[in-house]
Amino acid sequence: MNAEHDNSGSTVTTTVLGADEIILNMGPQHPSTHGVLRVKLKLDGERVVGSECIIGYLHRGVEKIAEHRSYQQFAPYVDRMDYVAAVSNGLGYCEAVEKLLGAEAPPRARVVRTILTELQRIASHLVWLGTHALDIGALTPVFYCFREREEILKIFEKYCGARLTTHSFRIGGLQYETYDGFEQDVKRFCEDFAQKIDEYETLLTENRIWVGRTKGVGILSAEDAIALGVTGPVLRASGRKWDIRKAFPYAAYDQYDFEIPTGPAGDTYDRYLVRMEEMRQSRRICLQAIENIPSGPIMAKVGKVLKPPPGEVYHSIEAPKGELGYYIVSDGTTQPYRVRVRPPSFINLQAFDRMARGALVADVVAIIGTIDIVLGEVDR
Amino acid sequence: MIPAILQAIRPFIIPVVCGVVIVGVFPLMAGYIVLLERKVMADMQARLGPMRVGPHGLLQPLADAFKLMLKEDIIPAHADWFLFWVAPVMSVTMALLAFAALPIGPAFQIADINVGILFILAVSSLGIYGIVLGGWASNSHYSLLGALRSAAQLVSYETAAGLGLISGLLYAGSLSMKDIVQAQSDRGVWFIFAVPVGFFIYFVGSIAETNRAPFDLPEAESELVAGYMTEYSGFRWALYFLAEYANMVVVAAIATTLFLGGWLRPFPGYHQTLPGTSIELLDALPSILFLVVALYSLKLTPRQPVKIQKIVMLLVAGGCALLALVMAAALFAPDPVKIGIHGAFWFLAKVGGYVYAFLWVRFTFPRYRFDQLMRLGWRFLIPLALVNVIVVGSGMIVQENWGWRHPLLSAIVTTLIMLGVAVFLAYDDEKHQATVQAAGGE
Amino acid sequence: MANDPSEKGPAPEPPGGKAEGAAVPPKPAGEGAAAPPKPAAPAAPAAAAPPKPPPPPKETGPKPVPLDNELVQRLKARFGDAIREATLDRKQAIVLIAAAQLREISRYCRDEEKFDLLTDLTAVDWPKREKRFDIILNLYSFNKNERLRLKAHAAENEAVPSVVNVWPTADWLERECYDMFGVVFEGHPDLKRILLPDEWQGHPLRKDYDILTQDTAWVRENLGIESGQ
Repeated sequence: MNAEHDNSGSTVTTTVLGADEIILNMGPQHPSTHGVLRVKLKLDGERVVGSECIIGYLHRGVEKIAEHRSYQQFAPYVDRMDYVAAVSNGLGYCEAVEKLLGAEAPPRARVVRTILTELQRIASHLVWLGTHALDIGALTPVFYCFREREEILKIFEKYCGARLTTHSFRIGGLQYETYDGFEQDVKRFCEDFAQKIDEYETLLTENRIWVGRTKGVGILSAEDAIALGVTGPVLRASGRKWDIRKAFPYAAYDQYDFEIPTGPAGDTYDRYLVRMEEMRQSRRICLQAIENIPSGPIMAKVGKVLKPPPGEVYHSIEAPKGELGYYIVSDGTTQPYRVRVRPPSFINLQAFDRMARGALVADVVAIIGTIDIVLGEVDR
Repeated sequence: MIPAILQAIRPFIIPVVCGVVIVGVFPLMAGYIVLLERKVMADMQARLGPMRVGPHGLLQPLADAFKLMLKEDIIPAHADWFLFWVAPVMSVTMALLAFAALPIGPAFQIADINVGILFILAVSSLGIYGIVLGGWASNSHYSLLGALRSAAQLVSYETAAGLGLISGLLYAGSLSMKDIVQAQSDRGVWFIFAVPVGFFIYFVGSIAETNRAPFDLPEAESELVAGYMTEYSGFRWALYFLAEYANMVVVAAIATTLFLGGWLRPFPGYHQTLPGTSIELLDALPSILFLVVALYSLKLTPRQPVKIQKIVMLLVAGGCALLALVMAAALFAPDPVKIGIHGAFWFLAKVGGYVYAFLWVRFTFPRYRFDQLMRLGWRFLIPLALVNVIVVGSGMIVQENWGWRHPLLSAIVTTLIMLGVAVFLAYDDEKHQATVQAAGGE
Repeated sequence: MANDPSEKGPAPEPPGGKAEGAAVPPKPAGEGAAAPPKPAAPAAPAAAAPPKPPPPPKETGPKPVPLDNELVQRLKARFGDAIREATLDRKQAIVLIAAAQLREISRYCRDEEKFDLLTDLTAVDWPKREKRFDIILNLYSFNKNERLRLKAHAAENEAVPSVVNVWPTADWLERECYDMFGVVFEGHPDLKRILLPDEWQGHPLRKDYDILTQDTAWVRENLGIESGQ
């Protein structure tokens, strides 16, 4: 496509062959859209000149359901939104309601929550890495990633009985004590994991083909990212060093030492590096946390019937996908008046159009993978 | 009259029998190569692969073939049904036709054409028609785009691979397969040591020629443009697959013949014999290898969880032991038999190793994007191959005129020069890519 | 006036269950009706059931308090009456503004006050109020590490100015608001449904959109039986 400038200074575009742009539909069923996402691409030859994401195929009306359940009854529903990182969702919700109540979980509960959430972050990033590599054509890392994730899911299963949609936390603290051997299991996992993550890096980070497929692809500048409301690893890879665990520390994050990785260019390669480093930092937090889990009660005294005083609260946490926020309005009854979930995947997916402009068709799959979306969270 | 007819057809009997054997056996072999691929893939991915259909999944190919034959044969609406039928048939025919000039060991060759390599390359090129026709006949513009991409890729990389072959042919001095192996035997060294860069170019080119990863964008499922095979189902698809694996074996056989010494054993020039006998030391290698495999199978037998798997491992051990015995017995047989059997073993072993390298590469690397693929072929491989031919040829002339003693001295010098050229080309390509990106994309 | 749910108004029943923390013993009905800030004699041992030990002294639960910090003062100075009220609820700043000035105030917040991240844009439905919708904008400033909530009331058929030109992320957020509540954002480039199919009737998150009624109606219409719900 040629862009010519006529004398008035405006740009006139002509196509060499006089061909129209074609619309290519990546339908809701597609091996690489990570769920039921429909993407309509406007192509000029191989280049994407516009795109539209059509979502809502997994909309289940979670926010409406919340108005008809009590606070505790709603807790299992939040797991089903970002089902890859259910523990984070639960943490955000329980902490939001605790803020609404004016209660605070006891120290032991906060530390255990931190450990489980960081393990969940590693598991979520492992799923992301495996599927992203698979989309780009590397057939092996996905199996290694799922093998590691299996260990984490075994820990979750031993702790609360479920692997995926765990409902591991309760409003006010924890329901279950940590099982015997919890610290040993986590420690053993963390120690093995360092070597495994180096293996993944060996396979991908310096690989010419990987670099060629990801460097310079899907660039998002920091200004664009902030304007589009993007948070999480995508924002950090664009250069803005911001993490809610440091900005508004919650759970027990203020007690631990960890770094926030950022990337210079905001392309797919940087997002890859940022998430790899985040896995390492999560491991670091876990190791620090299990050294010193305080003893004490695991549940604050919040009573069986929760009736928060009327008011509203917005509480957000750093979920693996970005800033996961809960805006809960209470009218003083046992059921919330309004629960609004601020879904990071939904807002990050808006940036897809900006990232895909000018990319080749073969890069679209890489860009969708690099935003790391879960349709359960996009659609709720 | 009968003896006259018999006399007339006598020269054709052995080639026809060989041909029938190849065409009859090869589909089964291709099925087992698929099983091998799945098992190797599983091994690299820390899992087991097919285990259910037959012990260790050994009956999987039969089940797959059976299923494909029974599948519904769907022809797209408004598809050109003659072309739709002919395209996979053409692919398979060309792939199998290449076997006509391929030797499997010194004794088993349908036709020793004096332009063997040329014939095989020409026939492989005709296989591209099968792909393009398949894309066209599917009446789907995505299939057509995928087919055209595939064809473009094949043509580009065939050029590069052919040029890589030429550098090996310079040492061989002939296009006939038998003569090439003879030349390696005469020089006492495999040509991979003489022209390693040529082998590398051919290796990369052959991966792209057979549409294997990392060059399999036209047929990858996670990409948007579907490949030429999409509209084919059931047995027609099986034919395309057969063609792909046949092509893999053909390129492996060419590489083996030209670069890996064909049916020669390693160090063909080393004639140290066992004390007191006339048996060469290195000729005992096949027997030793089979014995090692047999012992390993025996060791693994108790670890099998299911009885039938134990039996299969014992059978494998027994089979390997038997083969070791056969190899050893062949050493005492008259020369043609010995060369025939050992030659076949070494040839098949090298082809197997080359195919294993194909599989290994497939599961290790991500996929190239199509423009990156074409750039690699045209801006890196073809210039490299051209310069390689010139440099190798010059090296040969220099060696003969200056009479350097060791045959490989010029090889070392030329390889170093070629490495320098490769580094330069890669650097230049990256610089070009950076300027293109800075200018806002092509 | 203020959308303080602790006052009498749209908030239904339980008379100010203000206590948090310890379990609340059942209070007799007439007590503690809608008295603002201070909870009305929460621990009235005489009125409570005699056999029970006196309940532990209740701390005051979290409740909204008026807010008047520098930011609010600057906003009031700049926009005067458009800033209706400012409260601090659970230590989070909420500023109630006039919906008509939403775009200007947003632009001011983004440019002068450096709230460059629009974290969330949503709505809450208070059907008993005349202006039934609360449009909520959650803002964040990277420089100051501070959050702010802007709230505006909008009536059912009133168009709210769109803030897409201030924060492009509002695009999908406003579409979702429209989809779920029916709030029309004037100035939005492409206001159509986002989560529900385009032909959907009704706006689910409104309080008068009853799931049960929808279900029974659908079952009766399409299956010809009575729903078992």
